[in-house]
Amino acid sequence: MEKKSRRTFLKETAGAALGLSCGGSILTAACTTSGEGSHGEGSVESQWAMVIDTEKARNPAVREACMEACVREHNVPRIDDPAEKIDWIWEEEYQHVFPDQVHDHLPDSVKEAPVLVLCNHCTNPPCVRVCPTQATWKREEDGIVMMDMHRCIGCRYCMAACPYGSRSFNWRDPRQFVDTDAQGNFHSEYPTRTRGVVEKCNFCAERLRDGLAPACVEAVNQLPGGEGALTFGDLSDPASEVNRILSSQRTITRRVALGTGPNVFYIV
Amino acid sequence: MLEAAFRGGKRYWILLGVWVVLILVGLFAWGRQFTEGLTVTGMSQDVTWGIYIAQFTFLVGVAASAVMVVLPYYLHDYKAFGRMVILGEGLAVSAVIMCMLFIFVDMGQPTRVTNVLLHPSLSSMMFWDSVALGGYLVLNLIIGAVTFDAERKEGPPPAWIKPVIILSIPWAVSIHTVTAFLYSGLEARSFWMTAILAPRFLASAFASGPSLLILLALILRGFTKFDPGKEAIQKLAVIVTYALTVNVFFVGVEVFTALYSDMPHHVHAFQYLFVGLHGHDALVPWMWTGATLTVICLTLLLTPKVRNNLKLLGPICAGVIAAIWIEKGVGMVVAGFVPNPLGRVTDYSPTGVEVAVTVGVYAIGFMMLTLIYKIVVNVRERMLAA
Repeated sequence: MEKKSRRTFLKETAGAALGLSCGGSILTAACTTSGEGSHGEGSVESQWAMVIDTEKARNPAVREACMEACVREHNVPRIDDPAEKIDWIWEEEYQHVFPDQVHDHLPDSVKEAPVLVLCNHCTNPPCVRVCPTQATWKREEDGIVMMDMHRCIGCRYCMAACPYGSRSFNWRDPRQFVDTDAQGNFHSEYPTRTRGVVEKCNFCAERLRDGLAPACVEAVNQLPGGEGALTFGDLSDPASEVNRILSSQRTITRRVALGTGPNVFYIV
Repeated sequence: MLEAAFRGGKRYWILLGVWVVLILVGLFAWGRQFTEGLTVTGMSQDVTWGIYIAQFTFLVGVAASAVMVVLPYYLHDYKAFGRMVILGEGLAVSAVIMCMLFIFVDMGQPTRVTNVLLHPSLSSMMFWDSVALGGYLVLNLIIGAVTFDAERKEGPPPAWIKPVIILSIPWAVSIHTVTAFLYSGLEARSFWMTAILAPRFLASAFASGPSLLILLALILRGFTKFDPGKEAIQKLAVIVTYALTVNVFFVGVEVFTALYSDMPHHVHAFQYLFVGLHGHDALVPWMWTGATLTVICLTLLLTPKVRNNLKLLGPICAGVIAAIWIEKGVGMVVAGFVPNPLGRVTDYSPTGVEVAVTVGVYAIGFMMLTLIYKIVVNVRERMLAA
């Protein structure tokens, strides 16, 4: 027992604890298994996770490569106006990504350092809790927070609920802003979206289905000097690379106190 | 009884004409929004809700406030509200319809509205809010129609309606409570995540709703032979005074908690509202106007001589409505998005299209209200003549 990590212990007991402490499925989201740790862990069979090495991602070429790969993979519209910009993986300043880690005496070089951000595919996702149509949900087999663009009514409640600003709304028809090749074809077969729906990172669910790593991860690993900037893997697999990093290095997640249980981890 | 809506004097038809014109303006604007997308609004990735959701929130309060006449009349047998109750129920019906329309015009994919019922999500407060609002609409339609029909026939209402009326009382409280939960259950937004939001919503609703009812009663007194009664109006003014006092207290409690603890996340939204944050101060003039109006109106209402003067009561009630409208319809929703989760401050102001759609929705509500009140007044006038 002592040898087991806290994480494994949680995984084994969380299901039982949830069953004991919560009556119905409605309450499950509101209940915690214990005073600390992420809620409801163990409610999914496995959980994809990502570790971002912020030092390696200091290199602008690394960040550019992964953001660009994502845009091409998902036909993300290129909109410059911040009011309507669509972001799946993008960069923000350290002080805004980790507001609870910033104090007055940090040098600007730290505060303003660029950090990659994306959907955290939370263990207890507030966006899923509030969606009135189940258009966004936590996928049981792998823990990805999915979006059904055909069911979304565009109420934007999920955007109000997300503490990470990870969701973007299509204020206008996005297709006119999607890159095409010389023949006018989109770069990827990934379906383009209509106006009036919310979108976000899907951990490349469409690539995982084919046994491929997410586009951003693949892109940085192909870049000299970018290897290991992003690591992707299964938290339920004790031998996975993400588990090796998480058990051996100091990592943090965004806004831990909120209890959402982010599954994107940062080596800072 | 309904045929009364099709007969009326010149003033009646002019009023209906005004509503129709405004509805057409709103429809035209909404048509543009429907074809081009919500890009025609002033909302953005940072401030994702604006004037529509704010009006929805304000009007849920107006709808709920019918309970302030229903409860004294049916539970305490307060007879003076006898002629006021149907006005409250009519206002509730039209306010709920406006609420639903404001949600509808805010949707990115309005043609998929039925998904809320086809794929209900029991953990979503928005689902429960639609259940609460829909139920409240049905309750008020049934109660209003049955009791008014009985009154018209000068007999007692059927006995089965009493439990329905009793049910409508907690139901009225529930619609505004669930609407507050829509906001206060979000860990991402510290400005909204406060346990006092629901009580605050109710207090401000019971100030603004009865104020609107007083204004409507005064208008009916002035332009028709139907008089809801001076005593009823003055009693409503007392209710407004209590509710406004409680609301000011609740706001004070909230401001104390934020400012005394001095936690940045809690202070920022208040800073943004009243002094501006990082050079953004779009709402500052609004908020001070609202605060000033509140203080003036409360002072006047607390002075019995002023409160009991029906000539002064009209403007005071208009002031209360404006103050609460600013608090809930302008400040509350937008400030929840400032600063955004990534520390950015983005100002919001509605575009012409948004204002036109908003006016159109209000025109639909007030047209319904005009028709309902016309029927009520017509029947009452005939009964007086007989």
